[in-house]
Amino acid sequence: MTIAIPTFNLSSIGPWLTLTVAAILILLLDALSPKGRKAYFPQLSLIALAVAALQTWWLWGQSGTDFARMVFLDNFAFYFYLIVILGTTLTVLISRHYLEEWGKNLGEYYALLLFATVGMMLMAASNHLIMLFLGLEIMSIAIYVLAGLFREDARSNEAALKYLVLGAFSSAFLLFGMAFLYGATGGNLFIGELAGKIKEALPLTKPLTLLGLALLLVGFGFKVASVPFHMWTPDVYEGAPTSITAFMSVGVKAAAFAAFARIMFAAFPAFVLEWHMLLWVLAVATMTIGNVVAIAQTNIKRMLAYSSIAHAGYLLVALVAANQLGAVSIIYYLLAYTLMNVGAFGVVILVGRKKDSYLNIYDYAGLGFQHPVLAAAMSVFMFALAGIPPTAGFVGKFYIFSAAVQAGYIWLAIIGVMNSLVSVFYYLRITVLMYMRPAEADLGPIAFTPGLVAALIITCAGTILVGVFPGWFYDLAVASVKIFPAL
Amino acid sequence: MQLPILSILVFFPVLGILLLLFLDRKNHKVLKGATFVIAVLEFLFSLPLWFGFDSRTAAMQFVERYHWLPQYGISYYVGLDGFSLLLVLLTTFLTPLCVLATWEDIQTRVKEFMICLLFLMSGMIGVFVSLDLFLFYVFWEVMLIPMYLLIGVWGNPARRVYAAIKFFLYTMFGSLLMLVAILVLYFYHGKVTGTYTFDLLKMYGLNIPFHMQFWMFLAFGLAFAIKVPMFPFHTWLPDAHTEAPTVGSVILAAVLLKMGTYGFLRFNMPLFPQAAYYFVPLFSILALIGIIYGALVSMVQKDLKRLIAFSSVSHLGFVMLGLFTFNVQGVQGGLIQMINHGLSTGALFLIVGMIYERRHTRMIADFGGLSTPMPVYATIFMIVTLSSIGLPGLNGFVGEFLILLGTFKVNKLYATLGATGVIFAACYMLWMFQRVMFGEVTNEKNKNLKDLSAREIAIFVPLLLFIVWIGVYPSTFLNKTEATTANFCTLMAKAKETTVAFDTQHTAFTTQHSALKTQNSKGVAR
Repeated sequence: MTIAIPTFNLSSIGPWLTLTVAAILILLLDALSPKGRKAYFPQLSLIALAVAALQTWWLWGQSGTDFARMVFLDNFAFYFYLIVILGTTLTVLISRHYLEEWGKNLGEYYALLLFATVGMMLMAASNHLIMLFLGLEIMSIAIYVLAGLFREDARSNEAALKYLVLGAFSSAFLLFGMAFLYGATGGNLFIGELAGKIKEALPLTKPLTLLGLALLLVGFGFKVASVPFHMWTPDVYEGAPTSITAFMSVGVKAAAFAAFARIMFAAFPAFVLEWHMLLWVLAVATMTIGNVVAIAQTNIKRMLAYSSIAHAGYLLVALVAANQLGAVSIIYYLLAYTLMNVGAFGVVILVGRKKDSYLNIYDYAGLGFQHPVLAAAMSVFMFALAGIPPTAGFVGKFYIFSAAVQAGYIWLAIIGVMNSLVSVFYYLRITVLMYMRPAEADLGPIAFTPGLVAALIITCAGTILVGVFPGWFYDLAVASVKIFPAL
Repeated sequence: MQLPILSILVFFPVLGILLLLFLDRKNHKVLKGATFVIAVLEFLFSLPLWFGFDSRTAAMQFVERYHWLPQYGISYYVGLDGFSLLLVLLTTFLTPLCVLATWEDIQTRVKEFMICLLFLMSGMIGVFVSLDLFLFYVFWEVMLIPMYLLIGVWGNPARRVYAAIKFFLYTMFGSLLMLVAILVLYFYHGKVTGTYTFDLLKMYGLNIPFHMQFWMFLAFGLAFAIKVPMFPFHTWLPDAHTEAPTVGSVILAAVLLKMGTYGFLRFNMPLFPQAAYYFVPLFSILALIGIIYGALVSMVQKDLKRLIAFSSVSHLGFVMLGLFTFNVQGVQGGLIQMINHGLSTGALFLIVGMIYERRHTRMIADFGGLSTPMPVYATIFMIVTLSSIGLPGLNGFVGEFLILLGTFKVNKLYATLGATGVIFAACYMLWMFQRVMFGEVTNEKNKNLKDLSAREIAIFVPLLLFIVWIGVYPSTFLNKTEATTANFCTLMAKAKETTVAFDTQHTAFTTQHSALKTQNSKGVAR
C-alpha cells in the first residue's frame, strides 16, 4: 500500500517552525547550560519572535491553503499572527524582572510561552476543526503549566488547577460539538467546506448541526471568557503570574476570537439567525456582568480580569453584527486591546513588585505625583480601555458600535455604549486614586528595568498612535477580512 | 496659500505642553510665566480671525480639510462661521486671564495644572471649529479629561472627587448616546446618498424622516442639554462649580457650558429641523423652568460659588429660550448672551476666588461690609453684578432684551415668564451683594483685608472693557454673527414650511425607510 504524501511548502508554516525550533532550543540550552547562566532566554525568544514576524510579513498577501488543505494561507490568519507575536513579545519584555523577583526566571517559561504562541497561530490558521483543536490544546496545555509556575504560591496552584479542570471540560464540549458536525456533514471537518456540506444536508441534519454549533459556542465562550462561562476568569487571572495574566488576556483572547470568527463567518452563514440571537444575549450579558462586577473589585488583577470579560463582550457585539465592518473591528480591537491591556499589566508588575505585594487598587494612591511618568502611562491605558479618544481603545469601540449600527442592532449599540459608561467608572477610579488621593504609604523606589520600560513605551506610544492614525491598520484589517465572501 | 490659523490655534497649546514638560517643576514663576506667554500668543494668533472674518457671508471661513481616515469618510475638517467666531475668541481671550488668576491660587503641582489648562484650551477650540462629526466627538470627549483632572486634583479637598466623577460620568452619559446617534446618522446618510461621510455640512442637506429625527434629536439633545445644563440635567453643575478651583469654575462657566448651547445651534437644529420645531414647547418650557428655578434656588444659597452656579442655570435658560425662537433677534440674543455669560459669570467666579484666597471661606454669612476695606474690589464687583443682572448700558441687558424680543414674537407667554427671571436675578444678585459688601464690618477678620493688587485689577480691566463695550455698542459683535444667524433662520423657516407638507410625505419616508431596513436585514442574512 502506498501512501501519497501531498506536496507542501514548509515556508507556509515558517513562523510556527521558527518558534517551535526556538522553544526546543531554549529547553535544550536550559538543560545543558550551567546554573546561573540563563539570562539570555528572553533575548533568544525576542529574536525568534522577530524572525517569525518577518516571516509573517513575507507571507502577507498569499492566499489559499497548504498541507493538504489543512492550513489556511490568508491575511486574516497573518494579521492574527502579528497580533499574537506582538502580545508574546510584550509579555517576554515584561516578564524577566518579574520572574527574577520570584526566582523563577526559567528556560521552560520562555519555551512554554513560545509553544503557546504556536498554538495560537495554529488556531488562527487552521482549516480543519481537528487542527483547530490541536492548536487550542497546544496553547492551553502550555498555559495551564504557566499559570501554575509559582509552585510555592497557593493562589498560583489554584489558578492552574482551576484552569486545567475547567479548560479540559470546555475542550470536551468543543470536541463533542465537532463530533456532531462530523456526523452532520458526512465526515467533513474542513472549515472552508463546512458551509457547503451543511447546506447539502440541511433538511436532514439541522438538529445535529445546531447541537454541534451550540457546543462549539460553549467551548469558545469558555476560551474568550464570555458570560456564563466566565467563572474561572477572575480566580485564574488573579492567581497566575501577572505576566501570564497579561499573556492570557490578550493572546488567548485573540486566538480564540480568530478561530471563533472564522468558523462563524465561514461555516455557519446559513444559521445566521440562530447564532445571532444567542450571541446577542451572550454579548449583552458578558458586557454587563463584566463591567458591573468590575466596579466592586479592589484587587487590580481581578478588576482587569472582569474588564477583560467586558471586552470579550464588546468583541461579541462585533461578531453579532456579522458584517465586514464587524470583522474588521474584531481585528482592530484585538490589536488595540493587546497594546493597552499588556501596558496596564506592565504597570501592575512595576507597582506590584516584591512578590506582588502591591496589588490592591488603593496602593495606587498618590502614584501620580510620586512617579508621574508611570502614572501618566497608566492613565493612558485606563482611558484607552474606557474608550476615550484619542486612543486606540476609542477607535476600536467606535468601529464595533458602527458595525452594530450598520447591521441594524441599534439597541445593542446603545447597551454597548452604556456599558462603556459603566466601565468608565472603574477605570477612572484608578486615575482618581493616582492623582486625587494622598499616598497611604510611601511606595518606595520602583525598579525601571529596560524590558519593562521598553514594553511600556511600545504600548503607550502604540495605544496613542493607533488611535490617532487608524487608517493604515484599518486598511490592513480590511485586506484581511476579504476572505469572507459571506460578509 | 492661506495660513492654517485654526489648526495653529488648536495645536499651539499642545506645543506649549511639550515646552512645559522640559521646564523645572519647582520653579512656579517660570511655569506660570511660560503658560501666560503661550496663552497670550494664542490670543494674538486668534486676532486675525476677527479681522479677517468676512461678516457678509454665512459660509464657513478659514476652512482647512485634510484626510484623516478617508476609508470611513472621516477628515480633519475645521472652519469658522458667525456662531463659532465669538466663542473661539472668548476662549482665547479668557485663557490668559485665567493663567493670571492662578498666580496666587495654585501653588501645588503647578506644572500639571498648566498642562491641563493648555490641554483644555486645545480641546475647547477644537470643539468649536470642528466640522466633521467624528472630529467633533473626539474633541468633545478629549476635553473632559483635563477638566476632570482640574476639578479632581486641584479642587476643594472635601468633595472634589465626587464632583469630578459626577461631572465626568454625567457628560459621558450624554455623549455616548450622541455617538450612537452620530453613527445612525452616518449610515443613514450613506444609504441615502451613497457616500459615507462624517462631513457635517453634507449632513445638513439630508432629508431625514421624522421618526428618525425625533430620536436623534433627543440623543444629541441629551448630550447638549446635560452640558448646558438644562433644568432636569443640571445637578452636576453646582457640585462641579463649587468644588473646582477658581480657574476651573471660570472656564467651566465661560466656555464649557457654551458647548452645549453651541451644540444645539450647530448640530441639533440644522440637522433635525422638523424635530427641532416639534420640540420647541418642551425645550422652551424647560428653559423657562431653568430660568425661574435657577433664580429661586440662587436666592437661598449660602455659598457664593453655589449661588453663581445656580445663576448660570438661569442665564443659560435664557440662552436656550432665545435659540429656540428660530428668529434673528432670539438667536442673536442667545449668541450674545453666551458671550455675556462667559464674561460676567467668569468675572464673578474670579471675584469670589479672590475673596476666597484672602479669607478661605465663601459663605455669605462670613462677610459683610467688605466695601469699607476693599473699595476697588467693591466697585468691580458692583459693575459685574449689574452686568449679570442686565442693567441697560452693560452687556447683560443686550442679550436678555434681544432674547425676550425674539421670544415675544413667537410666544407672548414665554416672554412674560422669561422676563420674571430678570427681576429674580436682580433680587438674588443685589441681595447677595448687599449682604457681602454693605453695612458694618461684622466679622473681625474682614477688617484688614487687602484690596485688589495690580495683577488682580489687570485681570478685570479687559473683562470690564468688554462688559461695557457690548452694553453700549453691541453692533460690533452682532454684525459678525448676523449673516450666519440670518441664514440659519431662513433655513429653519424653510424647514418649517416643509413640516406642513411633511405629514403627507411621512408615509413615503417610512416606506422608503422600511425598504432600506429589509434591504439591510437581507444583507445580514446573506
